[in-house]
Amino acid sequence: MPLLQIAEPGQSAAPHQHRLAAGIDLGTTNSLVATVQSAVPRALPGDDGEWLLPSVVRYTGTGEPEVGRAAEAREAEDPVNTIVSVKRFMGRRLADLPEAAMLPYRFVDQAGMVALATAAGERSPVQVSADILRTLRIRAEASLGGELAGVVVTVPAYFDDAQRQATRDAARLAGLTVLRLLNEPTAAAIAYGLDRAAEGVFAIYDLGGGTFDISILQLAKGVFQVLATGGDSALGGDDFDRAIAQWFCKRHGLDSLAMLLASAQRRLMTAARAAKERLSQAETAFIALAQADGSIWHAALSRTQFADLGAALIARTLAATRRALRDAKLGVADIDGVVLVGGSTRMPLARDAVQAFFGRAPLADIDPDQVVALGAAIQADVLAGNGHGDGNRWLLLDVCPLSLGIETMGGLVEKIIPRNSTLPTARAQEFTTFKDGQTAMSLHVVQGERESVADCRSLARFELRGIPPAVAGAARVRVSFQIDADGLLAVTAREQTTGIETQVEVKPSYGLTDIGVAAMLQQAIDASLPDMQLRTLREAQIDARRLLDAAEAALATDAALLSVDELAAVRQALFRVGEALETQAPVDQIKAASSGLASVTEAFAARRMNASIRNALAGRNLDSLV
Amino acid sequence: MAISLTPAAARHVEKSLQKRGSGIGLRLAVRTSGCSGFAYALEFVDAANDEDQRFEAHGVTVVVDPRSLSMLDGTELDFVREGLNEGFKFHNPNAKANCGCGESFAI
Repeated sequence: MPLLQIAEPGQSAAPHQHRLAAGIDLGTTNSLVATVQSAVPRALPGDDGEWLLPSVVRYTGTGEPEVGRAAEAREAEDPVNTIVSVKRFMGRRLADLPEAAMLPYRFVDQAGMVALATAAGERSPVQVSADILRTLRIRAEASLGGELAGVVVTVPAYFDDAQRQATRDAARLAGLTVLRLLNEPTAAAIAYGLDRAAEGVFAIYDLGGGTFDISILQLAKGVFQVLATGGDSALGGDDFDRAIAQWFCKRHGLDSLAMLLASAQRRLMTAARAAKERLSQAETAFIALAQADGSIWHAALSRTQFADLGAALIARTLAATRRALRDAKLGVADIDGVVLVGGSTRMPLARDAVQAFFGRAPLADIDPDQVVALGAAIQADVLAGNGHGDGNRWLLLDVCPLSLGIETMGGLVEKIIPRNSTLPTARAQEFTTFKDGQTAMSLHVVQGERESVADCRSLARFELRGIPPAVAGAARVRVSFQIDADGLLAVTAREQTTGIETQVEVKPSYGLTDIGVAAMLQQAIDASLPDMQLRTLREAQIDARRLLDAAEAALATDAALLSVDELAAVRQALFRVGEALETQAPVDQIKAASSGLASVTEAFAARRMNASIRNALAGRNLDSLV
Repeated sequence: MAISLTPAAARHVEKSLQKRGSGIGLRLAVRTSGCSGFAYALEFVDAANDEDQRFEAHGVTVVVDPRSLSMLDGTELDFVREGLNEGFKFHNPNAKANCGCGESFAI
């Protein structure tokens, strides 16, 4: 029996006081909530007994929005006000959504994020997601019998800062305290890692309703480290439905799905999804679509036909998988196991492709729809402080998808945190002033792999003022980058001698899509040679400029130390450097001019040094110096 | 009906009250919670309620509400040191079973 302590009136702790915590998988197609009860994670069913809550919200204009199955049922008759797959719009602008024209919604383009015009007024994707999260919160609180102390919400590994921030905002709007955002594959690894205590390198293949994620994780001694992530945030089960729907349209002489009415499009998509699900068990599925004129269009789809339709989509997942393996510097043979996540991995098509690619049967014994929420629930339980002894042993390490750095002279990028660094991370580098007497420094935080700022994405700009005036290169400014466990960045610049500092937290107002990430990476690879040449050129230019400034400053004060001929030689060398800079001369010409200037001023520099020492020593005897 | 304190427990209560600077005594209560049904609670008392029963033990006032008293009758409260830990312990003749973790008990 434990020993009791005296508490303040009314504040004695209940035994086994357990802070209620839950994990939420906010999915594109379906969402669900799970919690840990008696050390076992389990998904919480809704009133209808189903675990999965369709991520569908219908705005009626009066009263509360309908969420889940009720909304899904009305999808076909009221497509404009029934928002499905809202996750795709999180943190995105209209320009980021090439498929927008295919969708039945009335999009409103807004600065930070696209909005949707509904019967209940304009709704941002954050508000729509909050309605889904609120339903899950009510479900969890009803079944746990108390208020949730905190939740862990999962996001695709490829979500950028804007999308993560939008998810966090949605949870807050739903009245939830977010303990942490967790990458979906990492959550899946937690769910599996716990049960197996496995060690080794795992690939998490997550094909959900609307997103595909591939993560290479290393599990060792209870530590999960994400070696690499990749994926496609616009590829998922919905695309297979669309492929079936397109096929159906083609068979009936229509060029595309968009030629149907919005309501018919919805009914066809629903029928396509049903056919896809049926093909996981059966060899053939039938699709029927009633037309406005009362006729009914039929088609039978076989498993083989479906495999052909989906082959291109599956190939995209495998290409992303290959890229992630390359990032992790691993081959297929290094993978000790493959975990399947997401309802779409139920398709034999996906399962077979994964098995063939990795040459081994994938792990799928936890329900692929639940595995992410279960892992999130375990993490939430630990973070809420319900650790049971060894519960705190998880140290989660994620990676940042693109390098982060700051702009230096000449528009070059100095990378401070390299791509695929494990998170949370903090790195610092010292920079100095470029000009004599410089008292301020402008810092430009950029993200990307390219050498030149213009080709990277700008994240933030800020200024450090109050640097004590000194000669160029004397000030020491330490710039620190910190990325927290949620992947949010804070940059601090600190002048070392005075201690003055400024800080900026990077919350980008718009997102960089993973297509953007992939494109930027590809460009970086393609452009690596020109980039290096550009860098050498800029560096040569900067060196030359610095030399020029120094020589001119020296001439201004100590020209008397030079003979007429020497002065002429220096002036000529100066002119050549200046000319090379102004005419944008190639690298070797600038370097030649610079070294010319350096050599003619060598003697001058030595004489200046002697002169200044003489001045310093003049009138003092030896004793005072030693 | 009686509740008693060991001299060690009384000394500790007195010290605790002095340190706190206010309060008239110690409340013993039984709450319905925990895995075996009931749990003990120990609290400082700033003002006793009308229905509370008061006991004196070694100069310390102990307050118990009538509902808890039926389950605490005959209890002796002790103050013990176990290893690095020290705290109060209930010797309750009414308790039939303690739960494994000892945080709650059954009657």
